[in-house]
Amino acid sequence: MQVPEQLRYAPTHEWARQDGDLITIGITQYAVELLTDLVYLDLPSVGEETSQGASFGEIESVKAVSDLYAPVAGQVAEVNQEMASEPAKIAQDPYGSGWLIKIKPAPGATLNHLLTAEQYQQQIAAGH
Amino acid sequence: MDKAQSTELLFELSQPGRRCHRLPESDVPAPAAAELLPRHQLRSTPLPLPEVAESDVIRHYVNLSTRNMCIDTNFYPLGSCTMKYNPKRHERLAGLPGLANLHPLQTDASVQGMLEILYDMQAYLAEIAGLPMVSLQPAAGAQGELSALLVAAAYFKEKGQKRTKVLIPDSAHGTNPASAVIAGFEVITVKSAAGALVDLNDLKAKLDDQAAVFMITNPNTCGIFEKQILDITRMMHERGALVYLDGANMNAILGKSRPGDFGADMMHYNVHKTFTGPHGAGGPGSGPIAVRDFLGPYLPAPLVAKNSDGSFYLDHDRPKSIGRVRSFFGNVGILLRGYFYLRTLGPQGLTEVSEQAVLNANYLLARLKDVYEVPNGPRCMHEFVASAKYLRRDKKISAMDIGKRLLDYGFHAPTVYFPLTVPEALMIEPTETESKETLDRFAETMIRIQNEDPAMLHQAPHTLPISRPDEVRAAREPILKWTPPQHAS
Repeated sequence: MQVPEQLRYAPTHEWARQDGDLITIGITQYAVELLTDLVYLDLPSVGEETSQGASFGEIESVKAVSDLYAPVAGQVAEVNQEMASEPAKIAQDPYGSGWLIKIKPAPGATLNHLLTAEQYQQQIAAGH
Repeated sequence: MDKAQSTELLFELSQPGRRCHRLPESDVPAPAAAELLPRHQLRSTPLPLPEVAESDVIRHYVNLSTRNMCIDTNFYPLGSCTMKYNPKRHERLAGLPGLANLHPLQTDASVQGMLEILYDMQAYLAEIAGLPMVSLQPAAGAQGELSALLVAAAYFKEKGQKRTKVLIPDSAHGTNPASAVIAGFEVITVKSAAGALVDLNDLKAKLDDQAAVFMITNPNTCGIFEKQILDITRMMHERGALVYLDGANMNAILGKSRPGDFGADMMHYNVHKTFTGPHGAGGPGSGPIAVRDFLGPYLPAPLVAKNSDGSFYLDHDRPKSIGRVRSFFGNVGILLRGYFYLRTLGPQGLTEVSEQAVLNANYLLARLKDVYEVPNGPRCMHEFVASAKYLRRDKKISAMDIGKRLLDYGFHAPTVYFPLTVPEALMIEPTETESKETLDRFAETMIRIQNEDPAMLHQAPHTLPISRPDEVRAAREPILKWTPPQHAS
């Protein structure tokens, strides 16, 4: 199971990465495996506000509809339209081309509260 | 054998000129269609209806019917759906000419028998609920939820209170938040604590004067009775909010505890679940609602009422009613089956239904709890949730694989991946109508499957005409109608 070292993780299986001024957000490979085949993806529009821990969208697999939770507060700066129209592609590269949104973080918002790769590894090893 | 049976569409079997029946020439002069219909409503080409023989039609439908897994053919432990046996006697009774041949536009005076049955049904459902006012109109559970929320909205509107929020536990059926949104409310999710009960601290933190309704399923979707229910209903009432009971799991508590007695103000029944309306192929359903006295004026109209001379009538004179939610009087055919069920069993029989349903579920739970993880402990109400979380981690066997493999052994799959609070959930509800032998065979099969070769399980089912359909394509590119070949793209 891939859990890249340089990313930070939410217990709800989103990853976050600081890219210059923006924070890129996606879902982990483990989440993709749990969800199985992805059918629909509902993402916010550019300019919408996100708050930490609140839902910013929904992802639907053949099993269930799940909320996507924002790891940090901020404003949506970019949306990956390619994934929104073909969410099955997320599975091919969840940490790369399968990113979902980029956020301009609110003043003072950091990634420090999120899990490290090692902590997230422990969580999924426990089967959560 | 099964795979050799034709399931071609009737359109594909069509041959020009083939007919089921040949009618004699009409001896009534038939005007041309152009004389009867406006020009823009006339087709320029004939409608491509299938032209088939009677034997084609019969084979088509009989062959399709043999592919159906249903309660009449197999054990069907689909959690939260209460797939109990539907007595055939109810079919005969509902088909009596005095019931089946009525027209909904007949006068009240000419349908007194039917009205009496429906009047009594209102009273029985009120008694079981502990809530005095009943509308039989909603056509299914989700419509019952929506209707009750509209009743609540009308009540608050008349009181001049602006309440915008509906609070719903995270283990709720998906219909609860959907109904709340359609009724115009904002949905606030309340977390579950350990033991699958409502996290009272989270509820307290989210409860404010904007709260209109708390929707709760009790026993909940994990098959656990919410033992804090009196605290919860008191908390809501102290804030002036109402409590709605999702009655999907009434099969666990019939005659044992009444929603009105534990503080619910409104609820729906699923007659097609709890009271044996036939429940295959997704319906038809029937979702009557019961409410407290002070909510009665807002119920969908008409209700069945009784005159002082003992005759019955449809009471349309209900000025505060939210209006009709269903044409005519709801799914009366299903209500009739529920009525026959209640009359057959009586209060004592109904109580035994719930006792046996809870016993059967606990028996299965006891047989499976050492093999499958059961996150909510060794006791349950009428259903329980097992988890394939560790099987998935250790052997790559998912809840889906287990469900699919059960089909090979002649069992319908349990509900899988619900409730959302349990990973790899397998939600199992045996109902009261199964024998110990059936429960034993199911338990032994469940135990056998988790020892089978994972690679084989990933391909299951192996014995059915269709194995694993492409669910992504079915969801994204559904083919919902037949297209004549010359028009196909």
